Amino acid sequence: MNPQTILIYDGSFDGFLSCVFFVYHHKITNPIIRKESEANNQLFTITEDIITDKNNALRVWKGLLLKTSRHQQQDFFKAFLSEIKGVENTLLSYIQNIFTKETSTGIDFSNKDILKISQVAKMVGREKHRMEAFVRFQLTKDAIYTATVEPDFNVLPLIIPHFKDRYADQKWIIYDIKRNYGIYYNLKTIETIAIDSFSKTKFKISSDLLLPEEKDFQKLWSTYFNSVTIKSRKNNKLHKQHLPKRYWKYLIEKTQ
Amino acid sequence: MSFDKIRQKLSILADAAKYDVSCSSSGGKRSNNKKGLGNNTGFGICHSYTEDGRCVSLLKILLTNHCIYDCAYCVTRKSNDIKRAAFKIQEVVDLTIHFYRRNYIEGLFLSSGIFKNSDFTMERLVSVAKKLRLEENFNGYIHLKSIPGASDELMREAGLYADRLSVNIEIPTKSGLKLLAPDKKHEDFIKPMEKVKNEILQYKAERKIIKSTPRYAPAGQSTQMIVGASGESDRDIMYSATYYYKKFNMRRVYYSGYIPVINDNRLPSLGTEVPVLRENRLYQTDWLLRFYGFSVSEILNDTHKNLDLDIDPKLSWALRNLHLFPIDINKADKQMLARIPGIGMQSVFKILEARKFRNLDWTHLKAIGIAMNRAQYFITCNSKDFYKQDLSSYDLKNKILKSSKSKYDKYFNSQLSLFS
Ligand code: SF4
Repeated sequence: MNPQTILIYDGSFDGFLSCVFFVYHHKITNPIIRKESEANNQLFTITEDIITDKNNALRVWKGLLLKTSRHQQQDFFKAFLSEIKGVENTLLSYIQNIFTKETSTGIDFSNKDILKISQVAKMVGREKHRMEAFVRFQLTKDAIYTATVEPDFNVLPLIIPHFKDRYADQKWIIYDIKRNYGIYYNLKTIETIAIDSFSKTKFKISSDLLLPEEKDFQKLWSTYFNSVTIKSRKNNKLHKQHLPKRYWKYLIEKTQ
Repeated sequence: MSFDKIRQKLSILADAAKYDVSCSSSGGKRSNNKKGLGNNTGFGICHSYTEDGRCVSLLKILLTNHCIYDCAYCVTRKSNDIKRAAFKIQEVVDLTIHFYRRNYIEGLFLSSGIFKNSDFTMERLVSVAKKLRLEENFNGYIHLKSIPGASDELMREAGLYADRLSVNIEIPTKSGLKLLAPDKKHEDFIKPMEKVKNEILQYKAERKIIKSTPRYAPAGQSTQMIVGASGESDRDIMYSATYYYKKFNMRRVYYSGYIPVINDNRLPSLGTEVPVLRENRLYQTDWLLRFYGFSVSEILNDTHKNLDLDIDPKLSWALRNLHLFPIDINKADKQMLARIPGIGMQSVFKILEARKFRNLDWTHLKAIGIAMNRAQYFITCNSKDFYKQDLSSYDLKNKILKSSKSKYDKYFNSQLSLFS
């Protein structure tokens, strides 16, 4: 038996595409692609550390652009962001399938990779919408609207266009506590940032960083939220269905 | 600003506005191309949900709950002994902006009790919208209430800044209106609606010629009717709704189950349950009229004045028209497919697509996702088996009811026991 090759990459999208490039370049059969953060305990394997190479990544991506529709490209990216274990291999087999076909029209919808990818992309898409809804900014002393979140999937890259367009005239940060990075809009561009003072247990923005009246606005919002419920129509099941409990700790109206 | 004062006002004026069920923030067409604040181009976002499960999308408040009228069904009416409050124009502007910047809301839904007179009130609503657009460069969603009796000039201005305008009819029949809101005139409701409709038509016509014509109420107008306050039938409600859809190009009509707010012998007494299920059946009917090609007289008429509560209106219609069934899934046209109980519009499209390639059988139909427990009795497909039996509509109904568990079952258990 040939030992199986494991490709280890840094977890970034470019890193993953670099793996795909490596697979083609070295004609590797049946590799396993894995993030370096995932544990490895397999015997009889060859391990390759793949260094992220923007140019190689771009070449793979360009190839994909030629063969797929915009919608498929989005689904592909969304599925990657799901970070579901093994999704890299589903995506690789999807690419291989597409690259062996002559035209872009002959995509077989009964193909299980395609089905899987579109299902996962749908879940990721739903999480993206939730984040667009559930982000709650708090205004800090240095005039940045800041929010912490903990999305099920790595959706920050997907919500950038929405927030950048909507809040074009204010500085803002959306910080993913689970993945320990954030996006910062500086009135011109988006930067990726890491803030050391946040952690899983310290997910709240410390109140001495906030403008003094921030708490007052939060209270106003909670007042509003509590005034609009119609008691005679209360329906907790429906409430929780729309507003799953795991999001509550970041929602001002559910914590005050 | 004084937060305590604002908070008091907010709790009074949000509480008084919550009976307006519209929460839609979609249909706007404002993009943020000057790097200002906000946008509303696609579907609105629900930023939160109330404990009764409704979407919180807009800051929905009254400018004031002072009112010179005494409509019986309304908490705000003049004779009701409640706390009164009034926002200043700037306070509403600030609140909207501060909430919007924190991603709490999609925009503002501003209504008001009528103080002094219609125009005086409408003018204030308009100036809030105007300030938001011109001074704050705000592109979020704005829904203004059109105050009955407001002048044409004000309604014209309102539409320049608001995305949506609405007048609530509240009481679907003229006689009901006379009984419950004696000092309000039917014409006063119609006037602003008529104006808004005409402005929208004019805007659309001019826009074709002059691209820079200022936009007018891009999300159209809507209205709301209270259900179960004045003894009206479902037929009365849906005939009115149809009238408003046609006559004023309404984007939406909302139906709001009456929530008893006072003891008044003209109204259901306090503690009467909110007719949630009836409200739901009305929305289903509304849907059938707008998207399924039904005409209102097929669903409601002199012999059938009220909707069944235990089954949905499409099934009810089908049971009254069993002679039209079964329908051949592989041959029937789109209109007829849409009339089959248990088949929604999405399934209709899937059936039309899929049957181009092959004749569909039961497994295909299941995969497409139609509600077999209802549909099976009304269709034939590429299979020798079919489930249509020569049952009377009464027996068929019971058979279907037995096989389906409705989320509204709890409303029936008590009723059924009365008859057993
Ligand atoms: S005019 Fe409007 S606010 Fe005043 S009592 Fe009638 S429904 Fe209520």
